[in-house]
Amino acid sequence: MSHSWIGERTKRLEDKALLTGKGRFVDDIDLPGTLEAAFVRSPHPHAEIRSIDTAEALALPGVHAVFTHAEISPVLTTNHVPQDHKAWVFPETARPVVVPENEVCFAGEALAIVVADSRYIAEDAVALVEVEYEPLPAVSDCRKGAEPDSPTVHRDAPNNIVVEFYTEYGDCETAFKQAPHVFKLSLKQHRGGAHPIEPRGTLAQYDSASDAITVWTTTQKPYPMRNGLVELLGTDEHRLRVIVPDVGGGFGGKNIVHSEDAMVVVAAVLLNRPVKWIEDRREHFVAAIQERDQYWDVEVAVDSEGLLQGIRGTIFHDQGAYTLLGLHVPHNSSISVPGPYVLPNYQIFTRVIETNRVGTIPVRGAGYPEGNFVMERLLDEVSRKLGIDRAEVRRRNLIPAEKMPFELPMKTREHTPIIYDSGDFPGCQLRAVEAADYAGFSERQAQALEAGRYRGIGVANMVKVTGRGPFETALVRVGRSGRVMIYTGAMPMGQGTKTTLCQICAGHLGVEPADILIVTADTAGVPHGIGGYGSRQAVTAGNAVHLAALEVRQKALKVASHMLEASEQDMTIEQGEVRVKGAPGLSVSLRDIAKALSGVKGYDKPGGLTPALESTIDFMPPDVTYGNAAHVVEVEVDIGTGDVEILRYVVVNDCGRLINPTIVEGQIHGGVAHGIGNALFEWMGYDENAQPVVTTFADYLLPTATEVPTIEVIHHEFPSTLNPLGIKGVGEAGTIPAAAAIISAVENALTPFGVRIDEAPIAPARLVELIEASRAGISSSNLEDRNQHA
Amino acid sequence: MKPPPFSYHDPRSLEEALKLLASLDDAKLLAGGQSFMPMLSMRFIMPEHVIDLNRISGLSEIRENGGGIEIGAMVRQSELEFSDLIRSRCPLMKEALRLVGHRPTRNRGTIGGSLCHLDPAAELPVVAAALDASIRVRSERGERRVAMSEFPAFYMTPAIEADEIVTGVEFEPWPVGHGYAFVEFARRHGDFAIVAVAVLMALAGDGTVSRVSITLGGVGSGPLRCSDAESVVSGSRGGAQIFQKAAETCRHIEAMEDVHASSAYRRHLAETLTGRALESAFGRAVNGSSAGKGAPS
Amino acid sequence: MTESRRICMTINGTRHDIEVETRMTLADCLRHQLGLTGTHLGCEHGVCGACTVLFDGHSVRSCLMLAVQADGASLTTVEGLATNGDHLHPLQQAFHDHHGLQCGFCTPGILMTLVEFLKENPDPGEAEVREAIAGNLCRCTGYQGIVAAALDAAARLGAGGTEERP
Repeated sequence: MSHSWIGERTKRLEDKALLTGKGRFVDDIDLPGTLEAAFVRSPHPHAEIRSIDTAEALALPGVHAVFTHAEISPVLTTNHVPQDHKAWVFPETARPVVVPENEVCFAGEALAIVVADSRYIAEDAVALVEVEYEPLPAVSDCRKGAEPDSPTVHRDAPNNIVVEFYTEYGDCETAFKQAPHVFKLSLKQHRGGAHPIEPRGTLAQYDSASDAITVWTTTQKPYPMRNGLVELLGTDEHRLRVIVPDVGGGFGGKNIVHSEDAMVVVAAVLLNRPVKWIEDRREHFVAAIQERDQYWDVEVAVDSEGLLQGIRGTIFHDQGAYTLLGLHVPHNSSISVPGPYVLPNYQIFTRVIETNRVGTIPVRGAGYPEGNFVMERLLDEVSRKLGIDRAEVRRRNLIPAEKMPFELPMKTREHTPIIYDSGDFPGCQLRAVEAADYAGFSERQAQALEAGRYRGIGVANMVKVTGRGPFETALVRVGRSGRVMIYTGAMPMGQGTKTTLCQICAGHLGVEPADILIVTADTAGVPHGIGGYGSRQAVTAGNAVHLAALEVRQKALKVASHMLEASEQDMTIEQGEVRVKGAPGLSVSLRDIAKALSGVKGYDKPGGLTPALESTIDFMPPDVTYGNAAHVVEVEVDIGTGDVEILRYVVVNDCGRLINPTIVEGQIHGGVAHGIGNALFEWMGYDENAQPVVTTFADYLLPTATEVPTIEVIHHEFPSTLNPLGIKGVGEAGTIPAAAAIISAVENALTPFGVRIDEAPIAPARLVELIEASRAGISSSNLEDRNQHA
Repeated sequence: MKPPPFSYHDPRSLEEALKLLASLDDAKLLAGGQSFMPMLSMRFIMPEHVIDLNRISGLSEIRENGGGIEIGAMVRQSELEFSDLIRSRCPLMKEALRLVGHRPTRNRGTIGGSLCHLDPAAELPVVAAALDASIRVRSERGERRVAMSEFPAFYMTPAIEADEIVTGVEFEPWPVGHGYAFVEFARRHGDFAIVAVAVLMALAGDGTVSRVSITLGGVGSGPLRCSDAESVVSGSRGGAQIFQKAAETCRHIEAMEDVHASSAYRRHLAETLTGRALESAFGRAVNGSSAGKGAPS
Repeated sequence: MTESRRICMTINGTRHDIEVETRMTLADCLRHQLGLTGTHLGCEHGVCGACTVLFDGHSVRSCLMLAVQADGASLTTVEGLATNGDHLHPLQQAFHDHHGLQCGFCTPGILMTLVEFLKENPDPGEAEVREAIAGNLCRCTGYQGIVAAALDAAARLGAGGTEERP
């Protein structure tokens, strides 16, 4: 093989267009005759819809339609949004609907679509739609929602319980009875949103001549979107095409078939005009998915060396008003607590409870940050109570390298094993603490204290499932022009997927990454695929491209060997040609080989080869593969204001083999920034009536360049054993342990006050409150300080 | 989030603007637009008429007049930020301006607009109050001045009539070499202050504090002059103990409560920041007086 | 009640004579009426900075201006940074070299903010750069690549870069 691009810091192919304003995001697409949509959204968290009067809205010049359930549902095969589950096993009322008929269940739920000449007029008309609501009692706090006498989120439901389940292994009862030390914590992890800077958007066009629909949309999952819409409209795959243009970030906010997407498509069909909906930020605040709240009551049993004996407890998980993506978050949270540590006994009771707020599904991290936070807080508690250094107590409990691959004593809900395939967790933490000069910290802290400054350090370790199947598809082809082309179901949303995949392909076919034409996330490209979420695409699409390119290479060599009467071993592929080493005149272009295989007569080719110089691979990973990281964070807390400044942030990250280290580092930086938001800034607030009280970027604080420090990244490469390229995903890695590490550091800074932090995010006001309470000798109200002995 | 329909007017003179304001029902004035446009786009306000002040000449000057400084209402915050006159004669304002939003918002935002919007968390009203500024107000009926202390009528509502336009703000600058400090706590750089403190301080020849102005922002519907704290500092020789005692008077102020902060936290911040601002201002006053008269601070 | 006005403005050196609705924002006018879709909308309330353009040489939030307010003005958008449409401005090149963008949605606003900033601060330190872009939200990069790019661009522009600065 000629030059391989794997491991290179190739500059991104995506950049030039984006830098010069030539990116093509969904709102940039200009189809003649496009109408624009806005939604009538419920102001009430829970209400009956008594009547909808659209007359005044329809009379407004420039308004083309106001569609409600009455007009929309006849066009659909079902009013339920198709789900990624074999069978619906949750309460019927938890099923998300395309358009509510007579009940709305969260403030912001869309109950009608207005279509007009412009978004301006559509918004004017929305205000003229008269909806008669009968407000119903609403549930805001999921713990209250679990109480037997709570009002129900759905009028017709008997209660608010979606499901309750145990995640367990071993024998906690005995472990806790026998352990010399048991410590308890109650932890709260607050709601937050995805908030890509580009909101959601969908443009649908119906062509009545071919009875076909084209949908340009910001979705992270083009094929599930296509399949879902095919199901909803009762059409076929060849008559519904989903094209994902440039997308300005996803982070989980664009992960599912949203009710709005379906309504836009229906409107386009009914009106026989292209219809475009571009979400505005306020809509994203109230109607786009979020993640959490979660309330954990947990206890940990340890021996006198601080070795974990068991963890058990209960989670209250706020599912929101509809179950939009199954149990991904509560399930992930419940299985991610053990993390990279040896935990012999475990029992968590997860209670998934509905509230009258928008539904919760994975945002970057997908439930793993929550489980991680719990384990790390518990380890800090063990450290504090037993007087063992926090890095040391972790070191003692981390799964040793020689035990890899390590199978956990529990299975996933799909009954598949959980096996950490590769890595060196203690080695990872060691590198991190060394790089961060953890050993020298106590002196830095003491010096700062003398000057009246409060510095702290925190450590956290994580594992993250990556490279989820079931498959991803890539087609590598040498086209008629001789150009190498990739078609794939993979879906870029900023992570440089096109560059990475071209890097993987280029080396096999003797071209440069920039020479390759790549088409992603267009359902007309490859017949099936999945898309992007859960740190999967480098693994799945990457290996699909790798194997497909390899096949194309082998096919080309076989044909060339026949044509040139030379041995395959003596040939190279360079600059679009197969050449015989040491025989400069002896070559054949890939273009000619492609032609030969496409059925053009006159070419002499070996028999038994399938047509076309191309290969389609559905890469089906044999199992998920686990990334790992250690974060060490140093902070300073201004006790006068409660402000937290991050002084230093060190990450040691294992994502297996790096295709493009620069892109990997960028993913980690972004992930950490999101983790900083989770730790200190991002609070999606609702009042006790389930009304969102945070609805603008002035109140919901995304970290800016003055809050995110320079992040030092060290790569700790342990190739995955589960795919040919040895890749592990990294998209979410930076986020998972960040909140835990930061909050541990803040708590450490406030050691003189004995402050204990049991929540994320934590605001300066709350830190001041905790400091004052501690000064006044009052113990923090949320925490019980019990040290149970057997 | 698109603006609702309205009738747009862009008068070329103040007289034209006043005439429009007097004759139109349900009209709102558009100055810098940095607060106005979000409210319009979110449809929190839906005026029938928008009177754009940006084409009016004569409201955009910064000048000295006698002993005082006059700033036209339409002067952009960024112009103030880079003004030599403001830097030398009113460094408090320059220090505050660095904390007002971000450069793109300061390029359009005006001092008049900020003063009329009266967001409790905004910095410029605090500066104006600290300076004992007076606000120039015009209508077809004539011109009058309103002391900054009287200017906030209610929450985000200035004490002006429906047919009046604020045309400028004027104040007497403190003597050359005076001490100053604008200190605030915001969650991120450029955010609105949760609490802000503006201190101005002058020292007598014997090193005692001859004059001091202490103003809080973010605690109520208008900037709060802290006369109790001022009494503690006035006539003193400064120092940590005095400043701490002055700061402690903040424990008794009435502070508002909202989704961002409790009143207790606001009081706490007021105390912390007042102490810091006093230290900083005093240090500058000492440097200013030792540098001698005539030297710009 | 559709009220319109004729306005005339220069954008990236090209004169545009158009009729606009008076309630239309400058951002929407640029994007939809003039097809200059490089300027993006992330929040429409002036916080995210994605819509930032240069108005008579000064950075402004185009979502917080009405199109009619641009009558007579000279604007520069991200489309006007590269010369001859192809030769990248040193800032754009630096962003490419330092991985200063991922999804690219916030990027035009940050570029325009930095054009003004570097013009007035040719030799900034890291802290100053971070403060200068603190009004631009990015959800992808964690800002590090952007800061590195800005510092590098400052050096390039300062080292006698012959690029025309808008």
